[in-house]
Amino acid sequence: MHELSLCRSIHQVVAEAAADRTVAAVHLKVGKLRQVVPGTLTYCWGLVTVDGPLAGSELVVESVPVVGTCRACGRDTEVEQVLMLVCVHCGDAPLDLVSGEEFLITTIDLDDPAPAGRRTAS
Amino acid sequence: MGRFHRHDDSGHGHGHGHGHGHDSDEAHDHHHDELGDHHHDELGDHSGYETGADRIVVLERIFDENDRRAAENRKLLDDAGVLTINLMSSPGAGKTTVLERTLGAFAAPERVGIIEGDIETSIDADRLKAAGARVSLLNTADGFGGECHLDAPMVADALKRLDLADLDLLFVENVGNLVCPAEFDVGAHRSVMVYAITEGEEKPLKYPVMFRAVDVVLVNKLDLLPHLDFDLGLFRANLVQVNPGVEVIELSARTGEGLGSWTEWLTAARTAPLASGA
Repeated sequence: MHELSLCRSIHQVVAEAAADRTVAAVHLKVGKLRQVVPGTLTYCWGLVTVDGPLAGSELVVESVPVVGTCRACGRDTEVEQVLMLVCVHCGDAPLDLVSGEEFLITTIDLDDPAPAGRRTAS
Repeated sequence: MGRFHRHDDSGHGHGHGHGHGHDSDEAHDHHHDELGDHHHDELGDHSGYETGADRIVVLERIFDENDRRAAENRKLLDDAGVLTINLMSSPGAGKTTVLERTLGAFAAPERVGIIEGDIETSIDADRLKAAGARVSLLNTADGFGGECHLDAPMVADALKRLDLADLDLLFVENVGNLVCPAEFDVGAHRSVMVYAITEGEEKPLKYPVMFRAVDVVLVNKLDLLPHLDFDLGLFRANLVQVNPGVEVIELSARTGEGLGSWTEWLTAARTAPLASGA
């Protein structure tokens, strides 16, 4: 529901990181426990970037599954559909979540080559 | 490694107010390792993908800015010694009536502050002022774009209009919504939700993020139980699945039944050190 305000936050971070260089794509990781609709997010990205420095850039959303580690046996369970924090291996509960709540910008792809001394990823 | 490689070392951020992630260093480390491994893979997959293209590794949590502001709010409230509770629910579950009743149980309701989040109108704020509380109204449609939740900067704004020295307790009455408010840390010490039994037993499974985010669920409208097919045991079982450690207090804001357990919880929370709930 708040995809628009999230896109504004993403925009702020990306515009600062790109520092006037042309952005081709912004890569996000979004855990499935984050109540975000990827299609709505990419739609809102078009709205917040129009006419701005990031116009035409693509928002690429990678979904991260919900995974919990069993406190009893230590093995991981991927939780699908309904959130039931029960170990699939030993049936014990609860699980400590290790992924599924991510919401972060991982990388930004730039169109133009970096000026000397500004290259940040190798 | 450049200036944008900010691999969250601020010690907070992810999972704030979601009931986990701060429990142990082990969980924290695990998360970092997972991130580290993954971005290397991703870089490998895409190397040479586009000639002349450059890639900046950012690894910045989108909620970092909100969480930073929330930490500032919490510090302000810690310093003033004001226990602050983020009160959330769906629309019509009874947040305002619960607050009215809660104020009625206090000898000095004027020592209770309420930040009232509503998309439009001051109806709820007026009710709570009449009950004696100090109210700071945030109409989220009034300059905030009609948001579906309160976030930390909005609450920071509302805090400026309250004299914290006059308060012992502060409620942030969030916008009625079972989705968005759960995502935003506002800087409160505790999160409490009001759930009405008219909403059905399956709600914890449908809105797990909200039900996971809270310390206490107030099960309201208990006076309607004889008129409904509501299965309290099933609701509790569903709730425990998504939030094993949650405290459940059954009450009726209308009749006052069970209100004593809630005010006892509040009294206990007020005497506990504030920082431990952050």
